[in-house]
Amino acid sequence: MADEPLVLGIETSCDETGVGIVRGTTLLADAVASSVDTHARFGGVVPEIASRAHLEAMVPTIERALKEAGISARDLDGISVTAGPGLAGALLVGVSAAKAYAYALNKPLYGVNHLASHICVDQLEHGPLPEPTMALLVSGGHSSLLLAPDITNDVRPLGATIDDAAGEAFDKIARVLDLGFPGGPVIDRLAKEGDPAAIAFPRGLTGSRDPAYDFSFSGLKTSVARWIEAKRAAGEEVPVRDVAASFQEAVVDVLTRKAVRACKDEGVDHLMIGGGVAANSRLRALAEERCERAGIRLRVPRPGLCTDNGAMVAALGAEMVARNRPASDLELSADSSLPVTDTHVPGALAHDHDHVHEISKDNLYS
Amino acid sequence: MLLLAVDTATPAVTVALHDGTSVVAESGQVDARRHGELLLPAVDRVLAEAGVKLDAVTDMVVGVGPGPYTGLRVGLVTAATFGSALSVPVHGLCTLDGLAYAAGRAGLEGPFAVATDARRKEVYWARYDDPRTRVTGPAVDRPADIAAQLAGLPVVGAGAVLYPEAFPDAREPEHVSAGALAALAAERLAAGAELLPPQPLYLRRPDAQVPKNYKVVTPK
Ligand SMILES: [Zn+2]
Repeated sequence: MADEPLVLGIETSCDETGVGIVRGTTLLADAVASSVDTHARFGGVVPEIASRAHLEAMVPTIERALKEAGISARDLDGISVTAGPGLAGALLVGVSAAKAYAYALNKPLYGVNHLASHICVDQLEHGPLPEPTMALLVSGGHSSLLLAPDITNDVRPLGATIDDAAGEAFDKIARVLDLGFPGGPVIDRLAKEGDPAAIAFPRGLTGSRDPAYDFSFSGLKTSVARWIEAKRAAGEEVPVRDVAASFQEAVVDVLTRKAVRACKDEGVDHLMIGGGVAANSRLRALAEERCERAGIRLRVPRPGLCTDNGAMVAALGAEMVARNRPASDLELSADSSLPVTDTHVPGALAHDHDHVHEISKDNLYS
Repeated sequence: MLLLAVDTATPAVTVALHDGTSVVAESGQVDARRHGELLLPAVDRVLAEAGVKLDAVTDMVVGVGPGPYTGLRVGLVTAATFGSALSVPVHGLCTLDGLAYAAGRAGLEGPFAVATDARRKEVYWARYDDPRTRVTGPAVDRPADIAAQLAGLPVVGAGAVLYPEAFPDAREPEHVSAGALAALAAERLAAGAELLPPQPLYLRRPDAQVPKNYKVVTPK
């Protein structure tokens, strides 16, 4: 469909400089420059290092994406950018670049929500999102359960972590085990050779009086660390594979249990899982198993689209264009704590025009 | 020649358009916390005032600092993105050189120094023999540590206003103007001089500590 919107999306909320280009729900380019290796020796993302890397990588990554997509920037229908949430200084680099690019090319600018983008990216893999979609977003920065009746303007938070993000717990346990940073991939790999039932680690917030959809990984993290320390104090060898498998099982058990429960409670028959931790093989397998048993269709994008990237921002931008959502203005701010309910950041004058657009134009995907 | 100059290395968010002979339009706002929000609307205003579109611009000029990083990057990434979108060259200039040049236009001859606020009780500074000739710096230091070195010299910029004990002879201008930066760039380009690459002068390493061992959670 040639009339589907052609959109370039920019993502700089954490340590990946991402520029993606999509036409509607078709991925044309996904260029990513990561500064993760620079952060590794610090055991976590250092905001100033990330911001400096974004500035260096920004224009080359835009140019690489355009080349990869084989399109001319003049043909774009819009520029979208992560306006938040994320690291303030990092976001600002992307937002400033997007504004300059949109202005120079005379294209509409869409400041969009990072979390909604993580959900919307699945359109590039599995086609238009069912409405509503239930989404479980898990990464080093977020652990949320979101109900999305309309990804462009109606995303409802059902639950979130009350302490650490799921990915943070992986990083911390990897550090206790001296496995380096980031922790997710290495724990996933070691866990495959371990016994997930070897150690009964606690499942946070799963009591009958606990909030049904919130998560807590801080207690688990402490419990795993204590278990390891006790082994070491007793002079025994730490069974790293069993610890990794049992810890991982505790995390993915709670995540999938609560996500499936939310689907059932809300009568939603689709679950999408996104964010960096969605690349975890055990999370995918257990979610598949539990969704199948509950009659829920599971949608998980391929790992490269689960981690932060520009394609997800472009995907949501394209949906904004397709549904005639109001554009942002040149004063658009980077908002490090943009609420998930703000799927995008329309300009100050947008409200007057909103209704006109909504009733005068059809949704391209309807 | 039509130069568009931007500088966000200091609390001033400043934009100017220069036709190779003189400044055509200029905007300057001082707000240390809103570089990101203010810059593009200022560019739009300056172009509108001059009655030209962005694609008429032949060269981008950007102040590369030194300056506090978050704001500094706004100008740099904006200039770089314009450069890429318009296929025009992007030239960097030391922000302090712009202040020195503006001080010269205001009648100061030299020698003198320029100092801007580097936060954390420090200043970014440089020393000039005359408004076009930097001889020391740029560097970042505590005012008290360079006061003796700069004793008797007039000091231009907000750094002097902030630390009158170290720099008693404060001179105008206090804030950077993209007009002065553009005029200096035009002069240097006309003379065939090389300008700087559009890369930031941070002068400090990022604050980042390699964590020692993880914190043991077992109670003692
Ligand atoms: Zn993310």
